Amino acid sequence: MISEIRPPSRFSLGLDDLWNYRELFYFFAWRDVKLKYKHTSLGIAWAVLQPLLLMLAFTLFFGGRMREETDLPYPVFAFTGLLLWGVFAAGLAGAGNSMVSNAHIIRKIYFPRLIIPVSSVIVALFDFLMALPLLAVLLLWYGLVPRAAAPAYFASGLLLATAATLGLGCWMGALSVKYRDFRYVLPFVVQLLLFVTPVIYPATYVKARWVQLLLALNPMTGAMGLFRGMLSAAAVDWRVTAISAASAGVLFAVGVWYFRRTEAYFADLA
Amino acid sequence: MPPAVEARGVTKTYRLSHEQQSYLSFREALTGLFRRRPAEVEEFFALRDVSFSVEPGDAVGIIGKNGAGKSTLLKILSRITPPTAGSITVRGRIASLLEVGTGFHGELTGRENIFLNGSILGMQRREIRAQFDAIVDFSGAERFLDTPLKHFSSGMQLRLAFAVAAFLDPEILVIDEVLAVGDAEFQRKCMGKMETVSRSGRTILFVSHNMTAVQSLCRKCVFLERGAVKLFSNDVAHVINSYLTDAESSTGPWWQGDGSERTSPYFTARAFGVVDAGGRPLSGAIDRRGEYWVEIQGEIAELHPALTVGYALYAEDGTLLYWSYQTDGGAGREPALRKGKNVLRSRLPDHLLNEGTYRLELIAGLHFIEWLFEPNTDVPRVHLELRGVPSDSPYWLERRPGLMAPRIDWTAE
Repeated sequence: MISEIRPPSRFSLGLDDLWNYRELFYFFAWRDVKLKYKHTSLGIAWAVLQPLLLMLAFTLFFGGRMREETDLPYPVFAFTGLLLWGVFAAGLAGAGNSMVSNAHIIRKIYFPRLIIPVSSVIVALFDFLMALPLLAVLLLWYGLVPRAAAPAYFASGLLLATAATLGLGCWMGALSVKYRDFRYVLPFVVQLLLFVTPVIYPATYVKARWVQLLLALNPMTGAMGLFRGMLSAAAVDWRVTAISAASAGVLFAVGVWYFRRTEAYFADLA
Repeated sequence: MPPAVEARGVTKTYRLSHEQQSYLSFREALTGLFRRRPAEVEEFFALRDVSFSVEPGDAVGIIGKNGAGKSTLLKILSRITPPTAGSITVRGRIASLLEVGTGFHGELTGRENIFLNGSILGMQRREIRAQFDAIVDFSGAERFLDTPLKHFSSGMQLRLAFAVAAFLDPEILVIDEVLAVGDAEFQRKCMGKMETVSRSGRTILFVSHNMTAVQSLCRKCVFLERGAVKLFSNDVAHVINSYLTDAESSTGPWWQGDGSERTSPYFTARAFGVVDAGGRPLSGAIDRRGEYWVEIQGEIAELHPALTVGYALYAEDGTLLYWSYQTDGGAGREPALRKGKNVLRSRLPDHLLNEGTYRLELIAGLHFIEWLFEPNTDVPRVHLELRGVPSDSPYWLERRPGLMAPRIDWTAE
């Protein structure tokens, strides 16, 4: 086995390296999940309780007002939204902070740095999986039957959300190594984004078409539509979806590119 | 057989911004965009054109003063940071141990930490599983396997960490001064393990301040000085000796005034530094066991009753250890100063300082009136580099933790 250590030259994804270290994805994610729920008496139940409590709160306050706006029962509408939003919010917050919080490891040993933010997103996906059974319970309760193409909608919605989270998360993670400001900016931005994402209100709540298309630049807008598309055909607006998908693709590419371009120097800065 | 490690012209520069900040705030970057002149940036060569090659099975020691580039070279070999220019070809699976227990987490159990640390070090899960019992056995931590690490004693944590590292099975092993921590028994265990690894034909690159360890373990030695290879030879003893007797020792232990210094009628410094028992100025590093004196030469035109002259001693990191003045002995015991030339001497305390570099500053003033030579300003200063055995204890053959290494008496009932 011959390897060459040289100044970083042209951009490469370094996929072979990622493959060699594939087990680390698992170990970092496993560590973070363990640490997250250690010493909590409810443990993993928190992954279910968080979206459930939020759903109840939103139903209480907006349920009545939104009844005419959504074609799904509002609790189901809000819960699907909050589930997917959880992936984005937790994944982004985790990935954005991950490089700084793992600085002590970065300074001492080599492995492809991309593993760190990606593992944070895996943790968010794990929470998502844990809360999924509750969605099934809700569907049974309301007697809702997923559409035939539901798995495809479910998967594409989740994929879109994950791609956007990964792209933005890697980008923020890399930036926060250099500019510590991003650690404070990030939670604020995530909070702000919640209001421009159709999590607790439907995308059609805003009537002006141009505003709808503008909001579609937020990849989570399209992701929400696709994800709810597993229950209702009306949820999917294809033009919005296309814009969101393009935006998610750009975010993913730019985020990962920026991360890979700067990762060689993380140890010097962290 | 081709070399296992072949470094060609490895250079690493860091940019030193004079704001002394390694990371920036976003605002500074933004304002920097609109600033005409870029912030003053200085290039610093951590490594300069370093080339060497290591044959398979060689054990190579890397020595040099702090700041000579040893850590940078290690980081580049470990791929933690890339070189600015040049390249290194590595033939074989390489593992590096810049510390033991990287990634250990106090909240996780011993068992969990073994897996986490092992995989961070580059072991496959099945390798860890296959050697799990051996690792646990080696660490002697069976009883605590399912206890969170934070409840382990620090010695136990260290043993567990070393046990994982000991079962790494690379063809090339890069080791930092892992041995500098832990008790004597642990250090012996580490040395034993490294000798076994070395005898089994593995290639080892070993950075250390511990000359005894380098001498017994290594068959080749690289001497780095200010980022460049000063000496690279099979004659390990020769390289170590030239390192120890290296004349170029920071600013040196002697300062000589050249007439351009500040003058004061009360006290003008002429020379300052450390001398040996015979009053000869020192050169280079010295053995901490010897007898040394601080000497201050100065002229007084006008005697002032509040004049205090002395020196301040700082540790390597700039921590002030103490001030000492000629008046410290109290009335009747202080040396008398006179008009004209004065030579003051004060013996450095025995068995007080650790191995390392210390800074001495000449300080003087009219007590409670004004400073003549204010500490930490541009005053005459010298560096004192102490090497050699930092204690009479058989357990401490190298730098001890702490700023000082005083010898303090013990008795038993």
